[in-house]
Amino acid sequence: MNATAEMTAAGAASANAPARNNIVMDCQIDKVFYGDFLAVRASTVPIEKNKITGFIGPSGCGKSTVLRSLNRMNDLIPIFRFEGKVTYHGQDIYDKKVDPVVVRRYIGMVFQQPNPFAMSIYDNVAFGLRLNGFKGNLDERVEKALKGAACWNEVKDKLKNSGLSLSGGQQQRLCIARAIATEPDVLLMDEPCSALDPIATRRVEELMLELKEKYTIALVTHNMQQATRVADTTAFFGVDISQGSRTGYLVEMGPTRQIFEDPREKLTGEYVRGEFS
Amino acid sequence: MASHHFDHVDRSGSVSGPPSAGDYAFDRGFRGIAWLSAAFILALVVYIVIEIGGKALPAFSEYGFGFLTSTTWNVQTGQFGILPEIWGTLYSSLLALIIGGVFGVAIAIFLTQDFLHGHLAAVFRTIIELLAAIPSVVYGLWGIYVLIPLLRPLANWLHGEFGFIPFFGTSLSGPGLGPAALVLAIMILPTVASISVDALHQVPYKVKEAAYGMGTTRWEAILKVMLPTAGSGILAALVLGFGRALGETMALAMLIGNSNQISLSLFSPANTLAALLASSFPEAGPVEVRALMYAALVLLAITLIVNAIGLAVMKFATRKFEAER
Repeated sequence: MNATAEMTAAGAASANAPARNNIVMDCQIDKVFYGDFLAVRASTVPIEKNKITGFIGPSGCGKSTVLRSLNRMNDLIPIFRFEGKVTYHGQDIYDKKVDPVVVRRYIGMVFQQPNPFAMSIYDNVAFGLRLNGFKGNLDERVEKALKGAACWNEVKDKLKNSGLSLSGGQQQRLCIARAIATEPDVLLMDEPCSALDPIATRRVEELMLELKEKYTIALVTHNMQQATRVADTTAFFGVDISQGSRTGYLVEMGPTRQIFEDPREKLTGEYVRGEFS
Repeated sequence: MASHHFDHVDRSGSVSGPPSAGDYAFDRGFRGIAWLSAAFILALVVYIVIEIGGKALPAFSEYGFGFLTSTTWNVQTGQFGILPEIWGTLYSSLLALIIGGVFGVAIAIFLTQDFLHGHLAAVFRTIIELLAAIPSVVYGLWGIYVLIPLLRPLANWLHGEFGFIPFFGTSLSGPGLGPAALVLAIMILPTVASISVDALHQVPYKVKEAAYGMGTTRWEAILKVMLPTAGSGILAALVLGFGRALGETMALAMLIGNSNQISLSLFSPANTLAALLASSFPEAGPVEVRALMYAALVLLAITLIVNAIGLAVMKFATRKFEAER
């Protein structure tokens, strides 16, 4: 079965289906539940290598749920249930033989709220390296990660200070440094700028564009301008309230320019024009 | 208080207005009561210290600091020293802190880190807090009639096989430091566990997410992230538990053997300051009462110092790595 056929089956056909071999992660959701509540229904979201894939949609559309399914973060919620599969380099990460801990080591995550650990800036960045038993030059890797996250100059003289002593924008970049220190394959970013001011937001966006050279990024954003600024591909999720509850689903997915300028679905057009949110 | 009420502003048709005189009076009254209550507590502490200090002064001028280093307590010869009691107090409390601390923190981890379903965890927590409701004297009786007979074979075997280790240097004939410390550990368990539970509950969910998001296993998340983040709260739990152990009286008076000796052995009878006070006061003559007052002052000083050190350590730990939540 080729990519186009699969997506048609999922009800989200894309005329611009990316070439199969560039897809790092292929998320094929059948159903996602929280307890009895059907949160997301049939949606297929391929994530391309070295691209930023943006997830947009109104609140409650399941975009965060889908993102968090990509590294099994939702497993922390006891009532969460995933039906479908998410292949990562050909392997289904929801396979019984796969340990979610391993998945999360290759697929890093940056959260909505900056969440540095209550330890020094240095130890925050070194956390993942130590966790993975890194034996090389720790200082070098910490510096590299902080430079990669564009906050080295601000923190290089106070690496021993608490990560919590930084401003919100700096904390978020510290969290990005922490996530990229181990050089994971894929970086999931769940509204990483929603707690930041416009200047800090710009810096993180510039950073994302630099990071995609090395990493593959999936980005949830409630900010459509942000999607147009950074995302190569955009997935628009909608909410279906016809069954009496709110179920999210993928409405359409395609190159960002096409989604914003020439959407195939009427709903997408209404959303990107700001007619509902 | 500001008395300008913007009376010149036309406010016809609006319900907005300044608080009434009654509101202000209530505010002032409430603030006064709060201040009074706070001042009363401070005054009470100062009064107790002065009162005990005053009663202890005659003994202090008579025995001086030698009181703290002498090991004899003899009413007939008028020789009074409390070194064995200081030793027993610190040693038994430290043992209780180690045992109760390890179990208390382990219980807190078990109750907060998703090992149990929420409802079951609440039931467990209530049961552990109920331990605090058991009267001290009941713990003492339980120690005498259950724990000591239970421990004796094990203790004597340990003494027989490993007698060369100072901790097992004597046999357990009845009351002793070991059983007393064990009971003390159980008594401080609810304090340590429930305050540690609160500390771990206060770690924001986003910190836990960050840990798992980095790919930690459950134990890595607990040991490397959750415990350090809740560190100052857990430290507070341990300090409070230690403070409680230092001052505990009844169970210890029943279990420790009230014997003036300094020994590392866990099975040797010993004595603590609180137990000395409790067992000697009822029959003490005026001379001994003065010496006991001095001993009480020393106990008060030890507990105050321990709590002050604990608070200082907590403050240091908090200032270093915790921000507002």
